[in-house]
This record gives sequence, C-alpha cells and structure tokens, in this order.
Amino acid sequence: MTTNGAPPLLEVDSLVTRYPVPRGVVGSLARQPQRWVHAVAGVSFRLRRGEMLALVGESGCGKTTTAQSVLRLVDSDAGTIRFDGTDITALGSGDLRGLRRRMQIIYQDPYESLDPRFRVRRTLVEPLEVHGIGSKEERRREAEEALRLTGLAPPELFLDRYPHELSGGQRQRVAIAASLVLHPDLLIADEPVSMLDVSVRAGILGILDDLRRRGLGILMITHDLSTAARYADRIAVMYLGRIVEEGAARDVVANPQHPYTQALLSVVPKRDPRQRQRPEILRGETPNPVDVPRGCRFHPRCPIAIPECRDVDPELLQPSDARAGHLAACIRT
Amino acid sequence: MSLLEVKDLHIWFDLERGGELHAVQGVTFELAAGERFGLVGESGCGKTTTILALMGLLPPSASVSGQVLLDGVNVLARGERSVAPHRWRDVAMVFQGAMNAFNPVKRIGEQIAEPMELHGIAEGREARRQVGELLERVGIPAERAQRFPHEFSGGMRQRAAIAMALACKPKILLADEPTTALDVMVQAQILQLLVALADDFGLALVLVTHDLPIVAQVCDRAAVMYAGEIVESGPTDALFHAPRHPYTRLLFAATPDLYGTEEVASIPGAPPRLDRTITGCPFRPRCDRAFGRCVGERPALKPVAAGQAAACHLNDVPQEVPA
Repeated sequence: MTTNGAPPLLEVDSLVTRYPVPRGVVGSLARQPQRWVHAVAGVSFRLRRGEMLALVGESGCGKTTTAQSVLRLVDSDAGTIRFDGTDITALGSGDLRGLRRRMQIIYQDPYESLDPRFRVRRTLVEPLEVHGIGSKEERRREAEEALRLTGLAPPELFLDRYPHELSGGQRQRVAIAASLVLHPDLLIADEPVSMLDVSVRAGILGILDDLRRRGLGILMITHDLSTAARYADRIAVMYLGRIVEEGAARDVVANPQHPYTQALLSVVPKRDPRQRQRPEILRGETPNPVDVPRGCRFHPRCPIAIPECRDVDPELLQPSDARAGHLAACIRT
Repeated sequence: MSLLEVKDLHIWFDLERGGELHAVQGVTFELAAGERFGLVGESGCGKTTTILALMGLLPPSASVSGQVLLDGVNVLARGERSVAPHRWRDVAMVFQGAMNAFNPVKRIGEQIAEPMELHGIAEGREARRQVGELLERVGIPAERAQRFPHEFSGGMRQRAAIAMALACKPKILLADEPTTALDVMVQAQILQLLVALADDFGLALVLVTHDLPIVAQVCDRAAVMYAGEIVESGPTDALFHAPRHPYTRLLFAATPDLYGTEEVASIPGAPPRLDRTITGCPFRPRCDRAFGRCVGERPALKPVAAGQAAACHLNDVPQEVPA
C-alpha cells in the first residue's frame, strides 16, 4: 500500500524474532533440544508518515519485541524491515548508525530513562554532540525548540534543572524532547503514559498527536485500548506473537471482528457507572510463548472455536462485514 | 452505627531532613456492612496511607490523630495494642504488588494458614482443610497450597493474596490497587472475583485505586482524595453525572473512554507539597473555577446532595451551576 508512489515510512513483513530458553546446566549436559520463546511469530504491518499506529496487547504478546526488532536492538530470525524504502533487516552496526538518529524511542518510565546526574540542558544537547551535529549555538537552539515542542516553555525555566526537580509528566516531556533534537522520522512510544498520573496523561498524548500532525510516524505500544482508541489512527491487536486484528482505530473499536479483540474490548472498564459492563471474561491466562497452541493460537481460550480451529492457522484477511483495510485472523469471520 | 467510621484522621511523617509531611489531612468517611466503597486519587494523595492506618501498619515515623471506629470501638485509642486484635481478624488487606505480600521461601498454603493460627481460628489439619477451601474459592486448585510464590503467575499470586486476606473471615477487605500490575483480562478476572467474594461473604470492600473507571464499575460509593483530604464523596453515579467538586469533574475529563468522543484534557499543574502548610483550597492553583474566597479559606467537606458531600466554595454560591 503506497501513497503517491512514496514508500511507507516503515514496512514490516513476516517478521519472526525468537529467544532461546535457557536450558540450565542439567539441560545442556543432558543434551535436551534447544527450546525457543516465539516472541514475534510472523508480523507484518505498515506505518506512514503522519500516522500513529497502536500495537495493543497483553504482556508477552510480542509488542515490545516487535518494537525492539524494528529498531534493530534485537536481531530477527526471518522477515524484512524496510525503513523509508531501505531494507534494514541485515544492516551492520556502521550502516545503522546514520539511520538510528531517524528512529527514536521513548520508554514507559521517565524516572529511569533520564540520567539523574544530567541537567536537562545536557540531556538534550548530548545526542547532538554524539552525532556531531551543529555548532554550540545551534545545539542550544535545537534544545530550546525541542522543549517548546513538548510544552516546556519558556525553555530557560527548565534547561538547568535536574530530573529530580521535575514532575513525572515533565520528565516524560524532557524524554520526548531528547528524542526530538535529532529530528527523527519515526518515534516509537513504549507505554508512554502508563507510569504517569491520570491528570497529566492527556498532555503527553497530546504532544505525540501534535508530532504526528507534523509528519512523524508514531508506533505506540500500549496495553490500554481506551488510549489507543482515542489517539491512534490504526490499531493492531497482538496475541502470542501475531497480529490477530488490524484496522482503522474506530473500526476495530466499534466493529471488532476477532473474538480476542471482542473479549478485550468487553473488559475495558467504562467511566459511566450507568454503562454497566457485560464483560466476556476469558478463562485462564495467555499461554507461554514457548508452547504455542497449534492451529489457531487463540483456540484453547476462544468462546466460538470449532474443531477446524485446532488445525487451521488463520491468515490475516478482510472479513465480509468489515470495511476496507480492516483485517482479522479468524476462520469464523 | 456504621461498620467502620473514620473521623478526622490526620497522619504526619517525620522527614529525615527535618520537618513533617502532612500526608492525611482530616479524612472522614463511613463504611456500611457489605458495601463496596472506592477511595480514588492520584499518587501522593494519601489514599494508601489512610488504609494502612486502618490496619495499624504505618511505619514508626508516622504519627496519627483522629478516630477509626470499628463497630463503635476506636482502634487507634491505644496504638498497636488496640489495633492488633482486629488486624486480619476484622480488617484484612490485599496489597498492590502481590509478590511482596508473600515470603518467597515458604509454601503458599503455610502462609495463608498463618493468620488463622495467630488468631486461634484453626490449626494443623483443620487449618490445611480451610486453606484448601479458600484456594478453591478464589480459583486455585487446593493442591497448589504446596507451591512456592514464584511458581505462580501474577494473577494467581493476587488470587492467593486474596485467599490469605480472607483466612480469618474478616468483615472488611481493603484492596490497594489490586489489579494495577496485571493485564486487562486478568484484571477483569480479579475484579469479578472481589465482587463475588464481597457478595458471598457479606464483606465490605474498600477499593483503593487511581483508576476511576474501575471504581465506576465496581463500587456503589466512592471518595475522591486530593492533597491528603477527601474533596468529594458520594454515590459513584453522582460523582460521574453530577460532580460537585471541579477536581472530580476534571479527573473524569482526563480519563479517556473507549467510546468517548469529547476532548480528553489533562489538568495543568501539580498537587501541592504536603511538607508545607496549605492555605486556602489545595486545588485552587489547578482549578478552572477558582475565585477570591478560594485563596484564603480552606473549604470544608459539606453535604451538597443526598449522600453526597464536597469541599468546594462554589457550592455555597446560590446561583452558581455546581462545579
């Protein structure tokens, strides 16, 4: 899917990333076969400039490993990752260096991602120094501009502060500013507000929304469907290393096709006490990604599974009553 | 007489660098038998400190004033001596990080039996039988009593922590962010379990959380805390549909809803420091409706409607549209 012939900013195809399960001394000596955690098991998606895609799922679904694979922080076992038209799946560290400044990530915990010994000024200027960008004066201007973009104005009020002198929301703004000084094209936001108080979350999400409008491609990783529904253009729901449903955010939320998405949406608590839930609570917990069920990986917990589901590993296809671009991996849709 | 009455509770912590932190600043609320009550607020608002005081589990650096009446008896009257007989027996608690609730080197079953033995409810074979029953009731096969905490998933550990809290058949269960670290599906399982247990055992449930939608779905009544005090309390329906304190209204407006279409807006600014004396309304610097009186006079929590109270001067202005 291309617009105006330009390639998507990010194009991930059939990505597979797995980790070896530690065997321990006994396992190694007994020559037990190596077992694997299938963290990402065939994931494909596209992200355009000026678009926010939310990867949604529960812990262990592979959303964070997907992000790490895209950034080449971990090596993948199969599939391709194209960034702005270039295949970066197998690039060596030298070639990656130039690309890395165009791909930035912000993490969930702004208390850990900022160095407590650095003033805000140093946190913002250092990435520019590392990449040898600009004169001292230009770096100062970049730092100030990044602070303004993240709502920390006037910048003079914040440049000389240490992280402990900032609130949680302000720290996350500084972390975003530090990723912006390099003018990235892609921003990965890994649970960017889950550690923050509710009253400041909307401010941080508003900044990401603003950056998206300015043309950044944003991949947001979150477990919170309400946030994804409100801020993302598209939502991809992951389960056990696969995308099981993907589409425009409003389509996925209003007309979920996959039984897992339907269950997830049904258990999100509503703000209005009059809208009492009718939660469809799945039994048990997500299986361990070492022992992925055969057939459809969701079938042991699926409320509508039929015998075929034990054998058929469903593809991500457009169901008959879904709109264009809305896909689900379920043979019952 | 209510099952539990908290009257003008104040808690101060001595700070290492000198001075005091006034963490809880005059909290008053009541809890009826079998009721599901929410205590909502953001980090540092004093909600966890309040319920730790009900359990008598505050650290030595804390000093307390006010009353906590359990069936009319003040359990704060003589410190540890007056609260210890009620801890786990009448009032039990489920903590936020279920991992920390258990000793890692003891079997789950032994740990659940401990409060039973401590309060002379059961021991030996009878205690083991009751532990098995409790585990089954929270959805864990009885034979897992022999397992160690690390062999349980996060959701299973939280279930076991609930079983431990129920060991002495308390009247009140305090649950401090019981689902915060859990995935949304496991969260739904645990909340469903807490509601079912409250119904079955006639338990009064106090759910402490930062998550308004959870309170809206689980609780009949709730209190919203800010800067160490309750700024509004009432039926959850009234808090959402007819809030009488701007903080309640703004907190709901800052919470995205799955099907909501209105603007989600953060609340500018940050809560006041509690190691300094607060003059006027603690929410005034962040409030969109503050006026002259809010600067110098701290509003008291006053009745504003049936079963609803708020600490906001706007409710004294006759022609004002509330909050």
